[in-house]
Amino acid sequence: MPWTKVLVDKTEFERTLGKDGLRGRTYKQALLEAQDQLLATDGRVYLIGEGIDDPGGVFGSTLGLAKKYGPDRVMDMPISENGMTGVTLGSAICGMRPILIHMRMDFLPMGMDMLVNHAAKWHYMTGGRLNAPLVIRSIIGKGWGSAAQHSQALHGLFLSVAGLKIAVPATPYDAKGLLISASRDGNPVLFCEHRWLYDFNGYVPEEQYSVEFGKAVVRRPGKDITIVAVSLMVYEAIKAAQELEKLGIDAEIVDPRTIKPLDMDTILSSVAKTGRLLIADCGPATGGFASETAARVAEKGFQYLKTRVGIIGLPDCPTPASPVLEKAFYPDSADIVRLAREMTGK
Amino acid sequence: MTISEAVKFELLRKMLLSRIFEEKIVSVYAAQDMKTPVHLCIGQEAVAAGVCQTLEKNDYVFSTHRNHGHLLCKGAAMMPMFAELYGREGGCSGGKGGSMHLLDDSCGCMGTSAIVGGSVPLAAGAGLAAKMHRNGRIAAAFFGDGASEEGSTYETLSFAALKKLPVLFICENNFYATSSHLSARQPTQQMCEKAAPFMPAIRIDGNNVEAVYDAAVTAAARARNGSGPSFIECVTYRWKGHVGPECDYEKGCRPKEELDKWLERCPVKTYRARLLAEGVVTDDMLKHLEARISADVEEAWAKARELPYPDGKNLTAGVYR
Repeated sequence: MPWTKVLVDKTEFERTLGKDGLRGRTYKQALLEAQDQLLATDGRVYLIGEGIDDPGGVFGSTLGLAKKYGPDRVMDMPISENGMTGVTLGSAICGMRPILIHMRMDFLPMGMDMLVNHAAKWHYMTGGRLNAPLVIRSIIGKGWGSAAQHSQALHGLFLSVAGLKIAVPATPYDAKGLLISASRDGNPVLFCEHRWLYDFNGYVPEEQYSVEFGKAVVRRPGKDITIVAVSLMVYEAIKAAQELEKLGIDAEIVDPRTIKPLDMDTILSSVAKTGRLLIADCGPATGGFASETAARVAEKGFQYLKTRVGIIGLPDCPTPASPVLEKAFYPDSADIVRLAREMTGK
Repeated sequence: MTISEAVKFELLRKMLLSRIFEEKIVSVYAAQDMKTPVHLCIGQEAVAAGVCQTLEKNDYVFSTHRNHGHLLCKGAAMMPMFAELYGREGGCSGGKGGSMHLLDDSCGCMGTSAIVGGSVPLAAGAGLAAKMHRNGRIAAAFFGDGASEEGSTYETLSFAALKKLPVLFICENNFYATSSHLSARQPTQQMCEKAAPFMPAIRIDGNNVEAVYDAAVTAAARARNGSGPSFIECVTYRWKGHVGPECDYEKGCRPKEELDKWLERCPVKTYRARLLAEGVVTDDMLKHLEARISADVEEAWAKARELPYPDGKNLTAGVYR
């Protein structure tokens, strides 16, 4: 199906979509289109972020929107992350549907109080009477010496905060559909993008469609090992699967698309089929999505496992700057291949 | 400014309502079946009464853990508040919020935060929503002197001023954050100085309900006519400890002489005497008013206690919409 297809490079994109006459867009264009359509059709939606109307337009994802909708609906933001998370939250409680944008996910922790203590709790502690439809987009950076404060992938950090939802779209199709869902969801949503996905292409329908939260998609069916991969690691997993195929290992790739809620049914049924689980996350291996998923499979699906669970994630170390250290820090498809071979004994 | 007799009567009624409601809590708290930490505003009633008197039913209020007075003066229903204090399903937060998270959205009370400073950006957000909706509403943030130590407060004051948001920032300076005195926490004792770079900011006697009302009328008019936010520092004092129904001077939290001085400056007693002297009310009218409020409080309290507790099966209902 075109909306589940992951196209690893541009030539594949042109070959596949061009052949079927399907509409192709990049990840950043998909985000731009989603926001354009939300702004056009829902008067409650507004965008706010530091430098949102810069010539770059948040890496292209808000390009032209400030001009089209004006500064009241596409609003530049002071460098006041916690206060402004609170202001946007207050507006959401009172009927607006703000989308707050952090160009780097590293700015997210500055709004921790308003996010964790307020946004996540407002619906519950008002007995369900009020809700907080606040979407926070943030972008994970990587490489070119971005280092410790401009490249963090913190999505897993928020897994333990009840009341938040967390989306981690990997494809242009999901970027658009999940962002539309997030805006309509009614709960606070952390929408976690990856900078390296911005120029990836894929099928994106023109209409305003939504992708349901908590529904994983099998990107590649296989019978020997389940690879649960998130965000950028979906592409590394696809590349790894192509290598593994040559070695006679048939990998099944599951992309959860949202990690909170997490579609455990799809993960468990895949593990039941393959008997092996490898989790590839673009965030830290410790205390994050990978370890959480491993724990849940150990709890609910231990009987399916033929071998130990494999985890690919970032080491317990801040992101380094030097290209040599970066290479040592970030896992890639070769690491997935190595681990999958070890787990399958091939 | 001239204040009509009807408004004067209403200011007194609001303060009495707040006082009698909280005195009821004091009288029953020792029974230990109100299982939630209560933060009483006894002694500070004039602030909520004076500010809320200038607000319309649909205007927004965000408040703190010390919220009973703000809600009652804004017109929140009393029975669901008591029910919440007793952890009942019919509580205003369904037994999920407790004393620190009371609300009544039917009259614009959109919730209360127990994190110091929490109400400040939220109220500004309400003001932003009102401005975007062009619905003519304004918003009030109630917060204490401690909130002016939070970074997000400055972030919010700056943004509210930039966007001319229709917001009243009401700082209840009662000198204490739990039991830390202001002089140990801040280089200035005047909270209004901290807001002055951003917006009109004044310091008034927060125990004088007419002074509060007067300042709030000006601020509300400014908010409604699009001129932007205002900051009002109301100097006041809480009689009880930070939490619970007892005074805390016995524990050495503050000098008894300080409390005694403020007891003499009781906002309710002072205003009551003043309206009697002005002939706005008579002894009979006051007796009748107090009896009526007491009866309402008793009735709300009794009804709340008869409500069932929430079902444990509904523990996780309402985490997500």
